[in-house]
Amino acid sequence: MYPEYMRPSLKKVEETRPKRFELQKSGKPVFPPMTAQEREEVLKKFHPDYRPDALRQVRIGPNKGEMMTREVADLLESHSRIDPAKFDLTRPDYETDILIIGGGGAGCAAAIIARQHGVKCIISTKLRLGDANSMMSQGGMQAAVTPQDSPTRHYLDAIGGGHFDNKPELVRALTEDGPEVVKWLEDLGVIWDKRPDGNNYVLHGGGTSRRRMHSCRDYTGAIIMRTLMDEVRNHPEDITVLEFMPTVELILDHQGRCAGGILYNLETEEYFVVKAKATIIATGGFGRLHIRGFDTTNHYGATGDGLVIAYRAGAKLLYMDSVQYHPTGAVFPEQIAGFLITEKIRGAGGQPVNRHGELFVFPKEPRDVESAAIIRECLERKNGIETPSGRVGVWLDSPLIEMLHGEGYIARNFPAMYRQFIRYGIDITKEPMLTYPSLHYQNGGIEINERCETNIPGLYVAGEASGGVHGRNRLMGNSVLDYNVFGRRAGKYAAEYAKNVKLGRLTLEHVIAFEKELKKAGIRTNRIAPILLPLYTPEEVRKRQLTARYEGTLR
Amino acid sequence: MSQKKSKKKRKNNPQLATEAAPRVEAVEREIPSAVPRKMVTVYIMGKAYKVPAESTIMGAIEYAGYQIKRGAGCREGFCGACATVYRLPGDFKIYTGLACTTLVQDGMWLSQLPSIPAHKPVYDIEKLKPDITAFQQLYPEIFRCVACNTCTKACPQNLQVMDYIQAAIRGDIEKVMDLSFDCLCCGLCSIRCPAEIVHYNVGILAKRLYGRYLAPRSQELELRLQEIRSGKYDKEYRKLMKMSREELKKLYYARDIEEEKE
Repeated sequence: MYPEYMRPSLKKVEETRPKRFELQKSGKPVFPPMTAQEREEVLKKFHPDYRPDALRQVRIGPNKGEMMTREVADLLESHSRIDPAKFDLTRPDYETDILIIGGGGAGCAAAIIARQHGVKCIISTKLRLGDANSMMSQGGMQAAVTPQDSPTRHYLDAIGGGHFDNKPELVRALTEDGPEVVKWLEDLGVIWDKRPDGNNYVLHGGGTSRRRMHSCRDYTGAIIMRTLMDEVRNHPEDITVLEFMPTVELILDHQGRCAGGILYNLETEEYFVVKAKATIIATGGFGRLHIRGFDTTNHYGATGDGLVIAYRAGAKLLYMDSVQYHPTGAVFPEQIAGFLITEKIRGAGGQPVNRHGELFVFPKEPRDVESAAIIRECLERKNGIETPSGRVGVWLDSPLIEMLHGEGYIARNFPAMYRQFIRYGIDITKEPMLTYPSLHYQNGGIEINERCETNIPGLYVAGEASGGVHGRNRLMGNSVLDYNVFGRRAGKYAAEYAKNVKLGRLTLEHVIAFEKELKKAGIRTNRIAPILLPLYTPEEVRKRQLTARYEGTLR
Repeated sequence: MSQKKSKKKRKNNPQLATEAAPRVEAVEREIPSAVPRKMVTVYIMGKAYKVPAESTIMGAIEYAGYQIKRGAGCREGFCGACATVYRLPGDFKIYTGLACTTLVQDGMWLSQLPSIPAHKPVYDIEKLKPDITAFQQLYPEIFRCVACNTCTKACPQNLQVMDYIQAAIRGDIEKVMDLSFDCLCCGLCSIRCPAEIVHYNVGILAKRLYGRYLAPRSQELELRLQEIRSGKYDKEYRKLMKMSREELKKLYYARDIEEEKE
């Protein structure tokens, strides 16, 4: 239930709704889309990446001297969890063809394809299989399937949305494989929303010039992820899943090729050596770093682990100066602050409006532009609505969707969103949602080519952990596509590589070298990474956690 | 993560603000602190803690000082990692919920389920038929359903779980698919079921069978795949990939946008 003081503003939203409805029905843009110059202006002034203290130079490693998001630079300039001297790499605990780090969408897709190429895999995952941002995507997956669309149009939309910084060969792979992925998933049993003629029901997303968002109600990620997991579990003889066993360092061989990793059992606190002919990093993003104090839409485990271990092993990162804030995270009620409100809401005709009930931005700008415009509306123009806990947001007018598509449309197409709010007495078919940008996606990552190869032989990366596919801003629906396209590619190319490689002597020398580099650069820190889990223990409790020494697993 | 590491981190990682605290950087004004937080008592695995009255169960567990390893996932009601059972004072009933979306109540007595023991038979989807035989083969125990409706009452998504098990018994795949579509696989139905059915895995099987065999196929998709395989877009891709940033920019901002209307 919205507090009484918000009523006058809600009333204004209601009053302006009929006029906005007519506007929406016309099929024309309800607000003028920004020109290139307008986009640039609003980004420079209001996007959090452009704040003066958002970036700093990273002092060590393959990207030394580059400007990066401050929290990412901190994470990279940290100590290993392990002492390499204590590990006997000549006696691995597990040997396999491919070590896949991360059990989300990209990791599962890679495993399914790799086994089809005749190799065996181990999936090392920090939490449970499928505990990943992939599970949470609501809105859909882009793929150019309709006759009025084309893969090359999708290419242009993606590269424009990414401010032309995307790596062309990656965007081609993404967009050209799209339709094949739609089919592959359907053959595995994914249930796409359909039109009566059997063709897929598609909607617009921010920055798309054609309707090409394929969806499974608003449980798109959940349906795809559970299908992939189920398929992974149908092949226990080829795919070993190790849950609550994150990989905390990579292992190289004496020729600098990736040769597996050190795994950590979160519960028994043991470490294990996995020797693998090829390794795929599919660890996802970094939302739980809470960059600039933002709430996040991300999974509990999204702590950028893959970036850290790859960087220490010498892998180059790309575009780590760029963070995606989803335009519409929930800000009220408090309990769901930061939660994702799918872009599909705007795709279906939901409009962001200010406290006077007025439109102030084209609802389907690319995400960074839309976010910056919402921040401007709240901060500069003071047209936001404050919450009792001091957050601020704009309305996302969802009742409009029922007017446009008929009663019951929200229940059918947005069951997750409806549930999320009705728990707190807010019926989104009758009242709008209060939203503000929320930390959503790691635009950059470990640099790859279209074969998912990195600058380290034998190390492959797929999904959100990789960089270059989306330039400096990803469009909606391109991440679900990304983890499928590049998960499949990583599985294929890593399998081909694994069949031919003969590994040399295993080493953790790079971890020792990185420690030396930290010292040489004069970086004094107690930070240890990967951090694995975010810390939400309140200050009051931490003050009393006074154990002076730790013995074994007893704290 | 060990406490040792956490302790080190807290000194040096101020950016790791608690989730309860972060405000959007933008709001530069005083947070109203005059309103005291109302507190309630909850019993986490039997131990009493005072927590803010408006907390979710997950928020309360973390507020009390636990570092969750098992029992947290997406934290938004999609992954089903945080199945929780609880009782309320003066009430004999066992309640079920997701820790991430259920609010605490005064006197609540709660335990999280760290994992659900459940079997998942291995199968080859290409060798199954989309009818009752699939269930007979892989989940014969569904035929032991006594229609007690406990599964439905346990479902935090308010799904008609028993109805979809009954539909599976009739071999009605489409109905199982539809009724189990929003299932999060938290497993609370299965842990409460007197017939020891693994409802959510039955749901996944039905959904995969529906998507694979029963959903109508897209003609548009077949045509597009033929086009791509025949190399129809190769030339245009090559052209686009060679374009300068300025040329691409021009093309991008001049592109037409498909109307919203169907």
